[in-house]
Amino acid sequence: MQNYISEITGSDIIAFVLGTVPPLAFMVVFTLFAVWLERKVSAHMQDRLGPMRVGWHGSLQTLADFLKLLQKEDIVASATDKALFNIAPYLVFVGTFLAYAMLPFTSIYIGSNADVGIFFVLAVSGFVVAGLLMAGWGSNNKYSLYGAMRSAAQIVSYEIPTALIVLTMIMVYGSMSLNDISVQQAGFIWDWGIFGGALTGIAKFLIIPFMLIAFIILFISSLAETNRTPFDLPESESELVAGFSTEYSGVKFAMFFLAEFANMFLVSSILVVFFFGGYQSPIGYLGHLLGIDWLVPIEQTFWFIAKGLFFVFVQMWLRWTLPRVRVDQLMAICWKYLIPYAFFNLLIVGLILLI
Amino acid sequence: MSIYDFIFYLFAAITIVSGLMVVSSGNIVRSAFYLLATLFGISGLYVLLGADFVAVTQIMVYIGGILILLLFGVMLTSDITHIEIKKGKVAVLPAVVGVGVLLGSITSIMMKTNWKIELSKIQQTTTYDLGKLLITDYVLIFELLGILLLIAMIGAASMARRDDK
Repeated sequence: MQNYISEITGSDIIAFVLGTVPPLAFMVVFTLFAVWLERKVSAHMQDRLGPMRVGWHGSLQTLADFLKLLQKEDIVASATDKALFNIAPYLVFVGTFLAYAMLPFTSIYIGSNADVGIFFVLAVSGFVVAGLLMAGWGSNNKYSLYGAMRSAAQIVSYEIPTALIVLTMIMVYGSMSLNDISVQQAGFIWDWGIFGGALTGIAKFLIIPFMLIAFIILFISSLAETNRTPFDLPESESELVAGFSTEYSGVKFAMFFLAEFANMFLVSSILVVFFFGGYQSPIGYLGHLLGIDWLVPIEQTFWFIAKGLFFVFVQMWLRWTLPRVRVDQLMAICWKYLIPYAFFNLLIVGLILLI
Repeated sequence: MSIYDFIFYLFAAITIVSGLMVVSSGNIVRSAFYLLATLFGISGLYVLLGADFVAVTQIMVYIGGILILLLFGVMLTSDITHIEIKKGKVAVLPAVVGVGVLLGSITSIMMKTNWKIELSKIQQTTTYDLGKLLITDYVLIFELLGILLLIAMIGAASMARRDDK
């Protein structure tokens, strides 16, 4: 993408800047849509209607809310550590946005086709954790600090099962680049990762249950990494006010919100790339059928976003279905169940790949 | 000046300025956060050297792991338990001597290294070759480091559990 723009404009700097625009635009539009979806899903699950006034079925409600947030006074309490308090929301946002560089939306657009791919995505989540701790500390509020501590402890713990599953997937696909992984799942629905991917013969059948286990473990830990219910202890409204975002208002609060929803799509798209074919269509491409080449990338974008949105919907669905776990249960799930299962899964998948 | 020169000086400035701030800041939590910028700047320099895997590992291990633990330690000790952490200048002369020796050795390594300055000679990706080296030529060191980490982990766990008895 950068090379292409650089050829048109003749400048590296413009190419670098323009190359970052599509993910940013996507994040903003997605967040506007996802907040509305979250409110609608929660309302319908509780037999309510949710927002109905602004636009068709309240579809412009988030836009109105966003405009309201922009106009709000930016309150900074006098006892805060001003520098840290002000930087934290942007650090959290940047940590999430950096990971979007590696997402393959289609076969022709990817922010950076670096070979480190998924490893980079895991690594930059460290910025998010540091940003949350910074927010909690900078707020100088005990609820904020508790929220930040819980959040950091939770994300750091659940990074271990995530990393083990990611390692398993790197073994299966032999690549860390999310684009390469998507390319290997080309074809039809039975070529997707969850059905054994590009493996052939008996290994393809043997690996299916273990891919399913890997998917479930990765899904649970990604719920925890995005601080979603049933793991939303860092901002559990009933005990910690709003966790690390208690003291924030206006645009800075909007930044946390943007990062949270962008993170939801990020983890969903990682699941999609590993197990559900990435941007590949399950039923073949209309573009290939009709011989129109430029239609294929559009279809790929559609499939990638549609699959991602499905898992975002599942996350919202779980939020209104499951109760919140306790702190000790949270850690027990991670250390006593997910990590051993993920580890044995790694060993077994390794054995299967050797056959 | 190409954009890569600009990026190099940017990352170098981030590393040096925040490194100075780490040692000169009076607030221990602020110091820890300046360390974040230093480590980030170093990983940017690794990227410019063509060491993509090392750069990401730097972020993963130092920012995602060690810095977070450091922040935990600093925040919990200084604010919650009200233990005064000793700040200020401690043992300036040995520190200067130690850092001077380190600087000298790093500079001599830098001078002696046969840097690849042509773009065509620089590898696009290093992950595959690094992995291969770790399980062939350097397998003994790799395993020993693994055992060392395991010992450290068992030691930490046994120290943390001592209160139970």
